[in-house]
Amino acid sequence: MSTLEIKNLHASVETPDGTKQILKGVDLTIKSGETHAIMGPNGSGKSTLAYSIAGHPKYTITEGTVTLDGEDVLAMSVDERAKAGLFLAMQYPVEVPGVSVSNFLRTAKTAVSGEAPKLRTWVKDVKKSMDDLRMDSSFAERNVNEGFSGGEKKRHEILQMELLEPKIAILDETDSGLDVDALRIVSEGVNRVKENTGLGVMLITHYTRILQYIKPDYVHVFVNGRVAEEGGPELAERLEAEGYDRFLVDA
Amino acid sequence: MTVTDHTRATADAAHSHGVGTAPDASRADRPTSFDPEVFGVPNGREEQWRFSALADLKPLLALEGGEGHLAWDVPELPAGVSFVEVPADEAQARSVRAPGDRASAVAVARSGGAMALKVDANAVIDEPIAIGMHGAGEDVRGHLLVEMGPGAEATVVLTRTGSAQYSEFVSVDLGDNAGLNLVLLQQWDADAVHAGEVVARLGRDSRLRGSVVTLGGKAVRLNTSAAFAGEGASVDLFGLYFADAGQHQEHQLFVDHAVPRCTSRVTYKGALAGKTARTVWIGDVLIRKEAEATDTYELNRNLVLTDGARADSVPNLEIETGEIEGAGHASATGRFDDEQMFYLRSRGISEDEARKLVVRGFFADLIHEIGVPAVESSLMKLIELELEQIEEDEDA
Ligand SMILES: Nc1ncnc2c1ncn2[C@@H]1O[C@H](COP(=O)(O)OP(=O)(O)OP(=O)(O)O)[C@@H](O)[C@H]1O
Ligand SMILES: [Mg+2]
Repeated sequence: MSTLEIKNLHASVETPDGTKQILKGVDLTIKSGETHAIMGPNGSGKSTLAYSIAGHPKYTITEGTVTLDGEDVLAMSVDERAKAGLFLAMQYPVEVPGVSVSNFLRTAKTAVSGEAPKLRTWVKDVKKSMDDLRMDSSFAERNVNEGFSGGEKKRHEILQMELLEPKIAILDETDSGLDVDALRIVSEGVNRVKENTGLGVMLITHYTRILQYIKPDYVHVFVNGRVAEEGGPELAERLEAEGYDRFLVDA
Repeated sequence: MTVTDHTRATADAAHSHGVGTAPDASRADRPTSFDPEVFGVPNGREEQWRFSALADLKPLLALEGGEGHLAWDVPELPAGVSFVEVPADEAQARSVRAPGDRASAVAVARSGGAMALKVDANAVIDEPIAIGMHGAGEDVRGHLLVEMGPGAEATVVLTRTGSAQYSEFVSVDLGDNAGLNLVLLQQWDADAVHAGEVVARLGRDSRLRGSVVTLGGKAVRLNTSAAFAGEGASVDLFGLYFADAGQHQEHQLFVDHAVPRCTSRVTYKGALAGKTARTVWIGDVLIRKEAEATDTYELNRNLVLTDGARADSVPNLEIETGEIEGAGHASATGRFDDEQMFYLRSRGISEDEARKLVVRGFFADLIHEIGVPAVESSLMKLIELELEQIEEDEDA
């Protein structure tokens, strides 16, 4: 049982016009097995929240705390956070030329679990996970994200999540740009990992469509750098119908 | 245009036209000569010197010094292979052409003769011939002949270690249908300065595979030329370099397609790390009017691992006939940037490991091209040592 606890988180970024405050006091707690949907307008700071938790050097934490099972996440380096059990599926996964997917996965797995995986079971695990995500086995020999389509990149993120077995995963718009088939495949992947490992999920999305496949326990409306309202799955339906205008007036 | 002086150039090659070339002049017009004075002392504005570490190389351009020696470590040679000293005038006569710049002309003029490695006609040597050249900090000029008789086959590995102020001229002669895999490893200590010119002449149906690996040294400038003298020959030139802070590594290539139906591939890759790391790659390919059915491709890729490093890459393809099989070049310098680093680290991979992963991936294919298992396996380790050097520099 794990708990990711975000309290009063403030984060800023340096821009050519000076420091820009993006996160303005985020409070959020995610436990193993729970799925929290985060919905909010463009530019409200959802990706910034995700990156801040993962430790992207661009963002400066100016106030607040993030803990995983009581451990101070903000004091950890980026790779220590991953080893502690955090995973970020990125909105825009990065291409890494020269590094094959299979080499990358094995290196990451070795780093996260502290020992090289047993070769035979590992090869089997990778193959099964790729089959389940309908990724052709030829992807293993391609360079990380290089020349992948949008949907292939997203599947590759979920593949990593399944193999690295994190405690808490943040999925930043993993559903954006997917057609219905791909959306179903990716959602099934997330549900499979949840079932198998009791993963806690922060699901950042613009669309309720994915919520038909991955049932959220909680829905948070994210506006202007903070959580403006919280509710159950029904809140998502309301957002879909009404949009964010109601919250933007407040902000 | 620089004024040229035809009277002073020796008529060694078909194109010995005198001093200097304008930037857009044909590569065919560069002078070659055994007389260093033909070239004058470069001032850094010449096309072939404009990216060079002239301040470090300067002592190698003077007509003085060079009395020191490298310690040669020569194994017991198999039947059909000899390694002997050759007097100066004979060494010049046996060279495939005259030097192409002042540094190598000085190297010949002051070497007092050459060492000649000869493989007899039709001798097929299975085991690599591994020769060590070790510097004890001396000032050295060298002239080396590698001669492959018709039908001979061999692999020759020259490993340069220690420190020296060293210039050299290496003549490589491939008889008809000969095959040579020549590997030059620059594993100098950090203060070595090395200027070299390797010139190869390929006889009919001969095959040259040349690999250059430059890891060590303060300033290394290594120019390789390959000229086709007979039809049906092929050359593969590979290069791998890794420059860290304080290193200047320059590699110039020239492939001269003077006869029909020859094939050339040039593949050089370099990594740079550290604020003052500097690399230069210039790749010239000339397809002359006579060289129908030529097939050529040259590629240079650079991977910049940290801020402040600088890689120059200049491919030049000159084509004088339309009747070719294929001709192309590619040059790209990429950065291993913060976003890539973040991505790998967000998967639990440490900063050091992330760099290793990227650099190993970058060089892996190239290393396998060297074709000498002992060299291939030791190279990865040497590259990892280079990476550890970056970490130390960063921590400092
Ligand atoms: N490096 C940066 N430099 C300048 N501004 C930035 C930077 N990163 C983020 N911002 C700004 O911070 C705000 C929040 O960005 P963020 O990407 O977190 O939004 P988001 O909610 O994820 O939006 P979307 O729904 O479009 O993905 C935006 O106004 C964005 O332009
Ligand atoms: Mg976003």
